[in-house]
Order: sequence, then structure tokens, then C-alpha cells
Amino acid sequence: MPPIISRGFKGRRRDDAPPDRVPPGQYVTNDFPVLSAGPTPHTPLDQWDFAIVGEVDELHRWTWEELRALPSESVTVDIHCVTKWSKLDTAWEGVSIDTLLDGIETSAEYAVAFCDGGYTTNLPLEDLTGGKAWVSFGYGGEPLEPEHGGPARLLVPHLYFWKSAKWVRGLRLTTADEPGFWEQNGYHLYGDPWREQRYWGD
Amino acid sequence: MDALMLDGNAVAGLLQEVFTVEMTTAIGTCGGCGATDAVGAVHVYRGAGFVLRCPHCDTALMKVVAAEGRVWMDCSGLRTLEVSV
Repeated sequence: MPPIISRGFKGRRRDDAPPDRVPPGQYVTNDFPVLSAGPTPHTPLDQWDFAIVGEVDELHRWTWEELRALPSESVTVDIHCVTKWSKLDTAWEGVSIDTLLDGIETSAEYAVAFCDGGYTTNLPLEDLTGGKAWVSFGYGGEPLEPEHGGPARLLVPHLYFWKSAKWVRGLRLTTADEPGFWEQNGYHLYGDPWREQRYWGD
Repeated sequence: MDALMLDGNAVAGLLQEVFTVEMTTAIGTCGGCGATDAVGAVHVYRGAGFVLRCPHCDTALMKVVAAEGRVWMDCSGLRTLEVSV
């Protein structure tokens, strides 16, 4: 007879998980913890758009229907939250940032993602291009849940997950690296999990 | 109400560590709408760090990040903080 009381899954230490997939200081979880800097917005899709603004020749804007009509990609990636959980083999669907930036002329080297609710996060443009970042609207074969950033979130899996801004509405391209919501208050400007760039000075 | 929302009591210990006095009864004035509330009554969200928000207009009053041996506090959304000493 199996034991009645299960200790449950508490997360695997790094030595139990594939070492080349779990950055230093991280623990693997099967859950998908929800962290949020504010209330969950519920923007109706007919009022939603995605814009690329700032150091661009002109405003570029996609309605929800226009974004969904673009070629999308299915990607399976590992994600790493700065609060020390990592989740392996997460399956997303989204539009590559390369697709959105195709044909846009800019002298910018950085971007600030902006979101419903006022959240922002900064990234070098080269971390958003080259097949490394997406505007994602699907998770696990389903529409992305609002608590996880739906209708759409940024997905930049090679950086700590606070860079993968929930409820994203656009990118403002900039010539200087402008610290975002958390980067202004202690969190690292870049956030590479493999170099454990969690806080200022790391 | 948002399922993820906490109240100011969630950060009571952390704030007391920094200010060295009981902070849930301190009165904050929102820089956005001017409302005044006890710190214990404001809305708190837990993202990468804590965000204290005005219960009337959702302005981010304070962002608090605690790491090993350091605390960062952004109070730019707070007009005034009245503390009993």
C-alpha cells in the first residue's frame, strides 16, 4: 500500500537536475509560480495593441488580429526566475521579435519593454534579436493565462524572468540603457542567470 | 480584489528592520492621488521584490527589494511618510 502522506514536490537541488541546464543558485520546480508587481490587468483584445516606438522612423503598431496574423513560432525553453526557481522545457507560442523588427530602421542599441499596469524592463536590442526573444501569447498549447501575463508577454528565456515582462504592450527603442521598474531599485541592469547577475554590483 | 494581493502587514518585519520602529501604523500620503493610509492598509504585491500600492489609485508608493545584507527602497510614489517615534 502506498504511503498516505506524500511529502510533495519541493524542488530539486541542482545536483539532481541536468547541471548544464540549471544556473548557479537555482532550484528546479514543476510548478509555475506567479509573481506580480501589481494587479492583473484585463485589457480587452479589441483595445489591445503592440507598438514599437522611440528611436524609429515612424510608429509601428499591430492590433491583436494583426499580431496573430504574423508567422508564429513554437519554442520549448528553460526559464529562470531571480527568486531562485527554474522551470525546464516550458512550451510557448509567440511571434519572434525579429519578425516585428523586420524592415524597421533604428540607431537604437537598447529597448525598454512597456506594459499594461506600468511595468517596464530594459534590454539590449541584441538580446531581443537573433531568435532569442518573442512576444508570446500561448503556453502549454493554451492561450496564455492573465496571471502569467496574458494576453501577451515578452519571452526572453536566456535572461532572468523579470525581463520577460508580463502584459507587454510594446518596445521603446533607446540609444542609452535606461533602467526599468526593478532595475532602478536594486536588480541588475542585464540579468544573466549563468553569471548570477541578480542585484546591483553582481 | 486581486488574488495575489497582500496588505502592508506582509512587509511589517522588513520595514521595521530598516526604520527600527513599528511601521504598519505609519501614515503614507500617495504621490498620485493624495490619499492617506496606514502602511498596514496599503496593497502589497510580490514580484521580484515587494511593491506597495495605493489602495485607491494603484500608484506604486514604494518598491522594496531585500537581498543578502542589503535593502533597496524606492519611495518615489510616496509624497509623505508620517512616522511615530
